[in-house]
Amino acid sequence: MIDALGSVGSLLLVGGTSDIAVATAHRYLRERPLRVVVAARDTPRRAAVADQLSAAGGSVEVVDFDADDPGSPERMLARVAAGGDVDVALVAFGQLGNAEQLRSDAAAVAQLARVNYVVPTVVGTVLAEHMRRQGHGVIVALSSVAGERPRASNFVYGSTKAGLDAFYSGLSDSLAGSGVSVLVVRPGFVRSKMTAGMPDAPLATTPEAVAEAIVSGIRRGRHTVWVPGAMRVVMSVLRHVPRPVFRRLPI
Amino acid sequence: MVEALPAPPVDRRFLAGWGRTAPTPAELVGVRTAEDVRAAVRRAGGRGVAARGLARSYGDAAQNAGGTVLDMAGLDQVRQVDLAAGAVEVDAGVPLDRLMSLLVPMGLFVPVTPGTRYVTVGGAIAADIHGKNHHQAGSFCQHVDWLDLLTADGQVRRVSPDADPELFWATAGGMGLTGVVLAARVRMKRIESSQVLVDTDRTPDLASLMALLTETDHLYDYSVAWIDCVARGRRMGRSVLTRGRFARRDELPEKKQRDPLRYATSVKLSAPDLFPPGLLNLGTVAAFNEVWYRKSPTRKRDQLQGIPTFFHPLDGVGEWNRIYGPRGFVQYQFVVPFGAEEALREAMLRISSAGTASFLAVLKRFGPANPGPLSFPAPGWTLALDIPVGGSRLATLLDELDQLVVEAGGKIYLAKDSRLRPEVFERMYPDLGRFRAVRQRVDPDGVFTSDLARRLSL
Ligand SMILES: Cc1cc2nc3c(=O)[nH]c(=O)nc-3n(C[C@H](O)[C@H](O)[C@H](O)COP(=O)(O)OP(=O)(O)OC[C@H]3O[C@@H](n4cnc5c(N)ncnc54)[C@H](O)[C@@H]3O)c2cc1C
Ligand SMILES: NC(=O)c1ccc[n+]([C@@H]2O[C@H](COP(=O)([O-])OP(=O)(O)OC[C@H]3O[C@@H](n4cnc5c(N)ncnc54)[C@H](OP(=O)(O)O)[C@@H]3O)[C@@H](O)[C@H]2O)c1
Repeated sequence: MIDALGSVGSLLLVGGTSDIAVATAHRYLRERPLRVVVAARDTPRRAAVADQLSAAGGSVEVVDFDADDPGSPERMLARVAAGGDVDVALVAFGQLGNAEQLRSDAAAVAQLARVNYVVPTVVGTVLAEHMRRQGHGVIVALSSVAGERPRASNFVYGSTKAGLDAFYSGLSDSLAGSGVSVLVVRPGFVRSKMTAGMPDAPLATTPEAVAEAIVSGIRRGRHTVWVPGAMRVVMSVLRHVPRPVFRRLPI
Repeated sequence: MVEALPAPPVDRRFLAGWGRTAPTPAELVGVRTAEDVRAAVRRAGGRGVAARGLARSYGDAAQNAGGTVLDMAGLDQVRQVDLAAGAVEVDAGVPLDRLMSLLVPMGLFVPVTPGTRYVTVGGAIAADIHGKNHHQAGSFCQHVDWLDLLTADGQVRRVSPDADPELFWATAGGMGLTGVVLAARVRMKRIESSQVLVDTDRTPDLASLMALLTETDHLYDYSVAWIDCVARGRRMGRSVLTRGRFARRDELPEKKQRDPLRYATSVKLSAPDLFPPGLLNLGTVAAFNEVWYRKSPTRKRDQLQGIPTFFHPLDGVGEWNRIYGPRGFVQYQFVVPFGAEEALREAMLRISSAGTASFLAVLKRFGPANPGPLSFPAPGWTLALDIPVGGSRLATLLDELDQLVVEAGGKIYLAKDSRLRPEVFERMYPDLGRFRAVRQRVDPDGVFTSDLARRLSL
């Protein structure tokens, strides 16, 4: 249960090896020990993350999750539920894709749409159903500012995030009165595995900053957070920039 | 022909405790008979059942996210008053308030009363509540001859300190997790008048307060001190100590002797629903405390006070919990053993220097413990204080206090708790194993549960 002062007892990371997910678990573990479930593909990094989080004081469980396997979300959640209630679930898996390839490779586009949009909606649905039965819980979805107004340079990725964002925003409303809430997180450029080797975009931030925004967003019962906070204003301006100008912007 | 009773009403609702924090939704079932309770327990789904009295516990004890909650207030018959033995048989939903109205005029007082009379007998048993007389009389369940407990199998068992003592004591303070208390026989306290003879002493700091309590507590039936939590430095722990006992009839003034057991209560005003958050800040609280301290007599003897004034001053304001605003508040109550006075001082120091706007803290010396594995009172000092929710430091401050308390061999009171964590709780209640063994026996599938039970992995 999330207690009277907003402390969390159990955290599920779907895409548990994501830098943002790991930073969020560390951020919570800095306050208190808690149950952390790392749901991810079976990789050496998953084992390393589990060790790291245990060392930080978590009681860590590892569960298989693979977005390329259609039965995976249900199986994953059944395993997690057997160990007790889920207070906070972070939907963090995702891929950036190769923009060059995505311009012409229809199969790659379909694949990215699956991992970044279709499977998150499946995961969101099973999580919501489970938490509705629990009568409590918070679902955190990692959207992106890229979904706010997709740019030519990575519009496929942007479009998947736009879809994900719309799904979780709607899910949030559909859960009103159930005791379950949804937090949609819209980070800008985050220096993580996903962006390794890429030059910083304006207002670049860190997984730790995103983690901080997630934790305080949950404490305050927010439905959306932007990271950094200034992104909100920037995007509301960009949204209204005329197309010919927008296309030429160096972003 | 017997007319079929209508099915008890079910209502899906968000429920919270007195502190109004962390509400969760549940099916609230109004029960009026043992049969209603049994039916609701049978029907319960995977999320189980919790009983709820008047929801005067501060945290999440009487709520059950996604499950069933039984509203016990409808199970409210006073079945029998045994004047010769000075005992009553009552349904679990009967409020102490009603027992007092009914029985004080007959010369009987509840054996133990908390700081509010709006608690049910079931809630009093489930939390094994204590009052100002703990050092003399122990806690509520020590005055219970037997109780009828509906367990997970749907059976009603009459348990007492002699018949299944393990189950009786696990139920005492067991926070409703052994089953639903349906009824109990409670031994009352005989009184000659409804007036309390009160001595008041103002003490300038914590050390003098503790010394006074240690030397003279045994001379009084009832005793409690209110401490100013805002005062710092030399004045830290300045307090007002009130102690007393019920007056004999011949100690009353002539006029009152004619009707010595007269008992009247009133709720004067109600706090409005929407107090703005932050109304209670350090400034307003400090000002209030200053006035309150100055107004109290330095030393006063044999003052006559009515039951509401002496025992339930806060009940004069209905729903005063709303003054803390929509974010609600927590109460932190712990006990540390005699000999751990340093830990108590340290806790006071940290609380007063954290600048959390807490009104007044209540300090009391506990007497001996009883065998209840989850019963709270234990020989030592207990301190209780309200703190409004707000500020990210509060969670950390209280976690640090937990550490201090547990290392001093102390514990937190579950009826007041809304934020303790399981590993620390386990260390505070070393007899938890005994409690779990009983629960394993009478409720192996964990039908009885609550948000508190889940939070603490009870
Ligand atoms: C202003 C104020 C002052 C207080 N002062 C004191 C004090 O001095 N000393 C003290 O000890 N406590 C004190 N309390 C706490 C209070 O006495 C306890 O929380 C008590 O349990 C409340 O009873 P309730 O009927 O409201 O029960 P609830 O708060 O509704 O429930 C409390 C627990 O009892 C269980 N329960 C309720 N009914 C039953 C039943 N029939 N069968 C099984 N389980 C049941 C619930 O499941 C829950 O776990 C105070 C509270 C307030 C608000
Ligand atoms: N970085 C940014 O700039 C940025 C900005 C806005 C939003 N976001 C979003 O934030 C989320 C977390 O990103 P991050 O920055 O933490 O990047 P990250 O460290 O690369 O995390 C993404 C994770 O997704 C997992 N994943 C990818 N494909 C998967 C699949 N098929 N099945 C299971 N897991 C899969 C990966 O797990 P493996 O270990 O198994 O590969 C990887 O750990 C993503 O949704 C991302 O889109 C990122």
